[in-house]
Amino acid sequence: MLTLNNVTAGYGSLHILHGVTFSVNQGEIVALLGANGAGKTTTLRVISGLVDAQGGSVVFNGQDITNTRSDKRVGMGLVQVAEGRELFGTLTVEENLIMGAWTASHADRQETMVEVLDLFPILAERSKQRAETMSGGQQQMLAIGRALMARPSLLMLDEPSIGLAPKLVNQVLESVQRIRASGVTILIVEQNAAATLAISDRAYVMESGAIAFEGQGTHLLNDDRVRRAYLGL
Amino acid sequence: MVSTQTTASADSAVSRGWQLPPNAKPILVAIAIAILVFFLAYLRTDGSSLILTQALVTGLMAGGVYGLVALGLTLIFGVLHVINFAQGALVTLGMYVTYVVANDLGWNPYLTLFISIPLLFAFGALVQKIMINRSMGEEHANTLLLTLALGLLIENALLLTFGGNPQSVRTGQETVYNIFGAVATQSRLIAFGGALILALLLFFMLQRTSIGTAIRAVASNPTGARLVGVNTSRIYVITFAIGAACAGAAGTLVAPIVSITPVAGEVFNITAFVIVVLGGLGKVLGALFGGLIVGLAEQFGGILFPDQSNLLGVFIVFVLILFLRPQGLFSSNS
Repeated sequence: MLTLNNVTAGYGSLHILHGVTFSVNQGEIVALLGANGAGKTTTLRVISGLVDAQGGSVVFNGQDITNTRSDKRVGMGLVQVAEGRELFGTLTVEENLIMGAWTASHADRQETMVEVLDLFPILAERSKQRAETMSGGQQQMLAIGRALMARPSLLMLDEPSIGLAPKLVNQVLESVQRIRASGVTILIVEQNAAATLAISDRAYVMESGAIAFEGQGTHLLNDDRVRRAYLGL
Repeated sequence: MVSTQTTASADSAVSRGWQLPPNAKPILVAIAIAILVFFLAYLRTDGSSLILTQALVTGLMAGGVYGLVALGLTLIFGVLHVINFAQGALVTLGMYVTYVVANDLGWNPYLTLFISIPLLFAFGALVQKIMINRSMGEEHANTLLLTLALGLLIENALLLTFGGNPQSVRTGQETVYNIFGAVATQSRLIAFGGALILALLLFFMLQRTSIGTAIRAVASNPTGARLVGVNTSRIYVITFAIGAACAGAAGTLVAPIVSITPVAGEVFNITAFVIVVLGGLGKVLGALFGGLIVGLAEQFGGILFPDQSNLLGVFIVFVLILFLRPQGLFSSNS
C-alpha cells in the first residue's frame, strides 16, 4: 500500500533521513519506533508531504507521490495526525471536524461525522466548544477524529499518547485498534514502545535516520538487543 | 500542550473577533476615557450640544469606512501574517475605478461597487499569487517591503495616468439629513451604511461558509490546514483578494466625498494601522469597532485641539493603546 524507497530528507543543510526503506501493507498496524532524533517524525512528514524528500521515492497505492502536494495526498486517502495535534485552536470542535472533511464530499461528511462521534462520544458533547479549551486527551481524540473525517485509507499517527495519563493512553490505543477494524491501515510512531508493539502487526526500529530492524510486533518486544538498544526497556 | 495551542492562536485569532474579553476592565477604562474626552469637549465648546452631536455623527460615519479598510488589513495580517502597506493605495485604486466608471460611463457612483469590488479582488489575488506567495514564510521584512513597493507603484501609476490634480466624482443633488440636530449628507450616510453592511457580510461569510471556515482554520493553524488537505497558498490568495476588495469598496464608498488624488488613500492607510492595533491584530469585529473609535477620535481631537491635524486625536489614541493595552482592546490575552 505504502512503500518508501531509500528516502533521504532533512531541513536545510541538516540531514535527518539517510535512506529510509520500508513498506506498509493493506490492513496492517505498523509501528515505527526508535530513540528521540532517530527520524520517525521526519519520516511521517515526508510521507504526508509536510517535508520534501531530497532523494528516493514514496509510492502510495502504486502511484509515485514523492512530489505530490500535501493537500492532494489527503484527498488520495493518506492522512496524518501530527505530533502536537495541530488543531484549529480557535475553532469549535465541530468546525475542526468539518474542516477534517475538506477533501470529502458533503454527503460523505454527514455519514463520517456520525461514525467519528460514535467512536469518540466526548466530541459530540463538546461540539460547540473551542478546541483549545479542551484537555490534552480530548484534543488527541479530536485530532484523530478530524483525520478520520477525511476518510483515510492509511492513517498515520505521530505520538498520539504523548503527554497523556496512562489510562488515556490505553483508550487512545484501543481506538486505534477499532479504527483498523473499520478497514483503515495504520502507521504509528510512538515513544510508548511496549504498549504500541502489543497492538502492532509489524514494527520497524529506526536509528540515526535509517531503518535498523524490522520484526513482528511481539517478537521485537522479546528481542533483547532491541529492548536494550532502542526501546529503553 | 494546551498552553502552546493558546499562544499559537492568540495573535491570529480571526475567529474570536466577536467575543467580549473575559475581563471587561480595559473596556471600562476606555469608556472612562471616552466620557472624560466628551466632558472636556463639552467644556471646550462652551456646552454647545450641537457641535458635540455633529462630531459624534461625523466621527461615526467616517469611522465605518475606516473600519472596512482596517478589516481588510487585519484579515490579511491574521491569515497571512503579512503587513499590507499597500492597503491605502488599494483604497485610492478603488476611488479611481469609481471616478472613471462613474464619470466616463455615467454610472451611479455607488453602482460602481459591482466593478471596484471584483476588480480589486482580482488585483489582490494576482498580487498575492505572483508576488507575495513567493516570499511567504521568509522574514516579515520581505513581504512588508513588497507591499510598500506595491503601494508606491500603484500611487505613481495613478499619478502617471491621471495626473496630480484633484478629481471629483459627480453625484446628483446632495440631500442633507438631520440627525438629532446634526447634519449628515446622503453620501456620507451611504458610505457609512455601505461599509457597515459589507463588513457584516464579510463577517458572516467568515463564520458561516466553508471557505470562511477554511480561512479561519488557516489563521488558527496553517500546518493543521495542510494536514486536512487545504491548499494554503490558495487560501492566502483568496484572503489577500478579500482584503484588497475591502479597500476597493471603501474607495468607491468615499469617492463622492473626498477629492481624489493619487495619495488620497494615505489617510486610510494610517488610520487602518491604528485601528488594527486598537482592535487587536486579526480581530474582525475589533477592526469595525476600532474604526468607529478612530473616527470619533479624529472629530473630538479636532474640537480639543483646534487648528491641529485631524490625525492628532488618532495618534493620541494610538499612543494610549500602546501604553495601556498593546495587545488591543478586543484581545483576551495579555
